[in-house]
Amino acid sequence: MENESGALSRVAGLFSARGYNIESLTVAPTEDPTLSRMTLVTVGSDEVVEQVTKQLNKLIEVVKVIDLNEGDHIERELMLVKVRAVGVERDEMMRLAEIFRGSIIDVTNKSYTIELTGTSSKLDAFLESIDRSAVLETVRTGACGIGRGEWVLRV
Amino acid sequence: MNAELTGAEITIRCLQEEGVQCIFGYPGGAVLFIYDELFKQDKVRHILVRHEQAAIHAADGYARSSDKVGVALVTSGPGVTNAVTGIATAYMDSIPLVIISGQVPTGAIGLDAFQEVDTVGITRPCVKHNFLVKDVSELAVTIKKAFYIASTGRPGPVLVDIPKDVTQQQAQFVYPGKVTMRSYNPVIKGNSRQIKKATELILDAKRPMIYAGGGVILSDAAEQLTELARMLNFPCTNTLMGLGGFPATDKQSLGMLGMHGTYEANMAMQYCDVLIAVGARFDDRVIGNPKHFSNENRKIIHIDIDPSSISKRVKVDVPIVGDVLDVLKELIKLLKTEKTEKKKPELPSLKEWWKQIDLWRERDCLRFDRDSKIIKPQMVIEKLYQITKGDAFITSDVGQHQMWAAQFYKFDKPRRWINSGGLGTMGFGMPAAMGVQLANPKGKVACITGEASIQMCIQELSTCKQYRLPLKIVNLNNRYMGMVRQWQEFFHGNRYAESYMNALPDFVKLSESYGHVGMKIEHPEDVEGALKEAFKLKDQLVFLDFITDQTENVFPMVPGGKGLSEMILV
Repeated sequence: MENESGALSRVAGLFSARGYNIESLTVAPTEDPTLSRMTLVTVGSDEVVEQVTKQLNKLIEVVKVIDLNEGDHIERELMLVKVRAVGVERDEMMRLAEIFRGSIIDVTNKSYTIELTGTSSKLDAFLESIDRSAVLETVRTGACGIGRGEWVLRV
Repeated sequence: MNAELTGAEITIRCLQEEGVQCIFGYPGGAVLFIYDELFKQDKVRHILVRHEQAAIHAADGYARSSDKVGVALVTSGPGVTNAVTGIATAYMDSIPLVIISGQVPTGAIGLDAFQEVDTVGITRPCVKHNFLVKDVSELAVTIKKAFYIASTGRPGPVLVDIPKDVTQQQAQFVYPGKVTMRSYNPVIKGNSRQIKKATELILDAKRPMIYAGGGVILSDAAEQLTELARMLNFPCTNTLMGLGGFPATDKQSLGMLGMHGTYEANMAMQYCDVLIAVGARFDDRVIGNPKHFSNENRKIIHIDIDPSSISKRVKVDVPIVGDVLDVLKELIKLLKTEKTEKKKPELPSLKEWWKQIDLWRERDCLRFDRDSKIIKPQMVIEKLYQITKGDAFITSDVGQHQMWAAQFYKFDKPRRWINSGGLGTMGFGMPAAMGVQLANPKGKVACITGEASIQMCIQELSTCKQYRLPLKIVNLNNRYMGMVRQWQEFFHGNRYAESYMNALPDFVKLSESYGHVGMKIEHPEDVEGALKEAFKLKDQLVFLDFITDQTENVFPMVPGGKGLSEMILV
């Protein structure tokens, strides 16, 4: 979509006005600074997703809408999670972070902050695998996605 | 190099370049520089309303009754919030408007300044698009875009919010001849393969039906729709927004369909085998319960410029996205070249279908007591139709009177019936009529209203006086919010909660106090004479207060949640 102030609120407003769900939404400018790319995750029947697509296309600032589910695609989400890391937990946390290919990016004598990327379900799986009471804080970006292979989204 | 102009000058120059002759507005702090520039020129005429809601409705009526973009100018804060009802009205009915609103100076935005409101935020859900102009050098191109967006594709209102300091700053003025936007390219031409598929369905139809909506009016395709219907001898029904898109007096017309549509139109809609939907959107007031509608098997061809209108409430078989005018032309062309000779109206099944429709017609679903000693509202509209020879511009407010107007005034031409169909805005009628009269100075303009609706914008009697707008206000006064009363009678055990209009003004004296002519009509035998007299007073606004039957209801009626063929009949 056009990288203009207000474009994001039009999208968000559309979803609330028409009663569609937003599971997650990420947006940032692209290599072309006049354009932003947004990845929006929603749930709904085929009819609802069709309407969502049509309604998004109607927004003047939206340049192109694609449903990534129509083809193979890759999605990734970033999570920062601050965990309690005291005594034996310190080694355990470090091992788990390694298993999930995360990295510890901040350390105090009582805590780690772990950076993890992957599909949303992988991030969920990480949170499932650690002691819930050890989780002090999490922050997630929401998924961003791109089509597989040589196919490119052009405007 | 051109001399630099101020933002206010640029604004007015843009309107001149667009050929705008008439705008509707109300001044205030944030738009004073723009008003100053209006004052210095005489190409753009400004109509001063008495409330910003009326400015938008008037611009809306102006647009609906011509093929021009309506323009309104309001100030920041309350100017805008008052305008919102009007903007939402135009949005729901896809009316091309450009609304220019003042805003507090850029430096004051976000600081809760005097008369500040987040205009772009407040209007976002009820405009096709809106802009906040922060840089005077962007002003001209933004206004150009506003006119372009408003009038192309599925039309709609576009708002341009201009901070006061931007109207003072200077920039080179160049008005772009055209704008292109990579993110906005409405489809005009229909897909030819789809059109081909449609012709096949059409030629195979045994019980065909044409269902035409406001899109036919908006794309000025009444002539093509009429040609199509006549060459095929197919029955045609119009929605509330589509009246006039096909001549109501034509024998192929089944009248309006929907909640208060005719028996024959609703039955034919329900039981047809091929439905051609043209510029219509299967609205809840039109098809009733969509599940019930889908009980019958029929193939649907849907022509609409807005892809999101297609398969929104009802799944269709042959969607054609494109401008109704363009698609109809293509369709007609193709049907003429197809071997139509073999498969034409003479088809026995089509004859059978017409026979069935005529049986439905015999129900005479719009009958009413013509010998009543109390004035029947339907009779007033019939008389109005006869006296104006069906050639007037009719605006209406919202409620029973609106439905009777739609049922009993036979519109043969497009852009003659002006009403708030989507939003259902009481208070729309009179200000819209002002716009209609200004767009059609020689036209006869009548506003059919009720004593409840008319009071929602009654202050505009003053505007009508100032600009000598000789409207005829046909007030069907039953001392009730009639449609609310009707629902309470049918569905709420006759408990008339707050629907009785107590303490009504004397409308005759009220009109006279504004300098108009008022008439009160209490007997059926006086109706015709009063209407004739009113239309003889060519230069005067006449307020006709008809005291009508309080118990009259609008029939047929499809109750909410019921199917189209489950009508309550008179």
